Amino acid sequence: MQGDVIAKKEDKGWFYTDTVKEHFFHPKNFLEDEAAYGDAYLGMVGSPACGDAMKVYLKIEKDADGLERIKDFKWKTFGCASAIAATSMLSVMVTEHGGMLLEEALKLRPQDIMLRLGGLPARKIHCSVLGDKALRSAVNDYYRKSGQIDKISLEAGRVIDHVLKITDHDIEEAVLEGADTLEKVQARTKVGTGDPSCIPEVENLIRFYKEKYFGA
Amino acid sequence: MKTNKIIYLDHAATTPLDPRVLEAMQPYFTEDFGNPSSFHSVGMRAKDAVAEARGTVARLLGGHEDEILFTSGGTESDNLAVMGVPRYWHEKNGVLPHVITSAVEHYAVLEPLIAMDRKKEIELTIVGVSREGQISVEEVMSAIKSNTVLISIMTANNEIGTIQPIAELGREILKYRKLHATTFPYLHTDACQATGFLDLNVEKTHVDLLTLNGSKMYGPKGVGVLYVRRGVKVQPMFIGGGQEKNLRSGTENVPGIIGLAKAFELVQAEREVESARLSTLRDRLAQGLLSIPKTILNGHPKERLPNSVNISFIDIEGEAAVLYLDAQGIMVSTGSACASTSLDPSHVILATGLSYEAAHGSIRFTLGHSTTEEDVDFVLRVMPAIVERLRLMSPANLDMKYFA
Repeated sequence: MQGDVIAKKEDKGWFYTDTVKEHFFHPKNFLEDEAAYGDAYLGMVGSPACGDAMKVYLKIEKDADGLERIKDFKWKTFGCASAIAATSMLSVMVTEHGGMLLEEALKLRPQDIMLRLGGLPARKIHCSVLGDKALRSAVNDYYRKSGQIDKISLEAGRVIDHVLKITDHDIEEAVLEGADTLEKVQARTKVGTGDPSCIPEVENLIRFYKEKYFGA
Repeated sequence: MKTNKIIYLDHAATTPLDPRVLEAMQPYFTEDFGNPSSFHSVGMRAKDAVAEARGTVARLLGGHEDEILFTSGGTESDNLAVMGVPRYWHEKNGVLPHVITSAVEHYAVLEPLIAMDRKKEIELTIVGVSREGQISVEEVMSAIKSNTVLISIMTANNEIGTIQPIAELGREILKYRKLHATTFPYLHTDACQATGFLDLNVEKTHVDLLTLNGSKMYGPKGVGVLYVRRGVKVQPMFIGGGQEKNLRSGTENVPGIIGLAKAFELVQAEREVESARLSTLRDRLAQGLLSIPKTILNGHPKERLPNSVNISFIDIEGEAAVLYLDAQGIMVSTGSACASTSLDPSHVILATGLSYEAAHGSIRFTLGHSTTEEDVDFVLRVMPAIVERLRLMSPANLDMKYFA
């Protein structure tokens, strides 16, 4: 993979660089108290079943020049040390120097985060890929709520029910159409009837989309 | 809080060398360094020492000296058993061999079998396990066909510590063979994790092949045993030199073999006392950890190794917890995806029917000689805060009703 940044001292002592360790043991900007944080634009990628999940809370403001800047970035991450460190580093990168311009933030690539972390072990790279995706998902939420529908860039849906090929988009749509319980979402999508193992995740998604769209 | 003391709770990964074992091995590096195949007295001394070690292992297993093969470790022994038996049988009979194994076996058993199945060298049946990780003897027996040459079921699981009903399975296989007037299927068991805790006498368990690994019994790394009952034929993997009855060529790892025999002797002599001591500590640790909310014990509540505790901490990922524990001087392990090269979490925990979410949060604590009550209490003091912190950081909040 071109542009990968791989830690050099992979097989000596600690698996991770000192920067990764610092962000893992002392994560910056993670959201302790959701209730107290107030309104934010939300983004989520991954799931605990996949081994990595990330939720992002974004605040965006226009600066003196009328440009959209990231005012605050908070997060929660389920994942290994590199996933936690990469989200923490991303939160620093987009909030330092008065906040990153939104259009710059949308250009961030996983490699940029890895560079700042001093590299990651090769097989850990997939973890930090989630950070930029979660950020884009939260920015989409902002575009939607600020009426800039044309700017929304859609990621391909992630398959939740592998038997019926139902994606997170399908569940999102069902919630938007008013299905606010598992039973109601199932009535629309049949999700989980072929692959019951995905039901915990479906419930998790329903909670997330309800919170995202209806604040409850 | 920083501490300098290392609390090593990863004895299922490997054990430190017992100083008594090191002492027994020492002369064979520099003084009695000979090649057992040499016809001079330096070689003879090495040969005699290997013969004595072989006798010790044979006695402890209740077998004969000519049934003991020394190998390079558990992986080689497992590979030699599950590849060597069907291959020899196929060569002799020209019939596609059928092998039965379980979903919770070590990869040293599962991977070669799956690869041979894919190449149509064998026909493979993988039986599932209960929620507690146990096979059903009935299910294994009913999977037997006329071409079933080998059944490979581990004695105790390396990840969740569940002990399998090997003796019962061995008895049923004996009965089957008598009833059908046949010499097979043979029973192979990987006993690496059980070495320090269970009676491995092959006359009591009726196993035909058995794997041991020096580095799981306070012995050296790089040496193992495959017990092969008289009459059972295996096709060798290492050829040229003719050592180990032509079944495993290569100059014998003399110090390793001496060390393994000494270690095996020591752990078997101390196994009842050590099992009782560790069971108490294991239960104390398990109970304490299970008092943390949203936790699940993986494995069997009773039929488990005296040194093994495996717990899923819901809503957190295992590796992160392992590293926070490491920072406190506590060494444990996880079967989670991030800690291994595969993207899937522990195949063992998934095989017990637990969801991916719970499997990702599983942590294994395996106790050993060095473990004290203070160690257990220290873990119990630091663990709740680590779990709480990682949960605070985690967006997951799964409903426990799915893990009942």
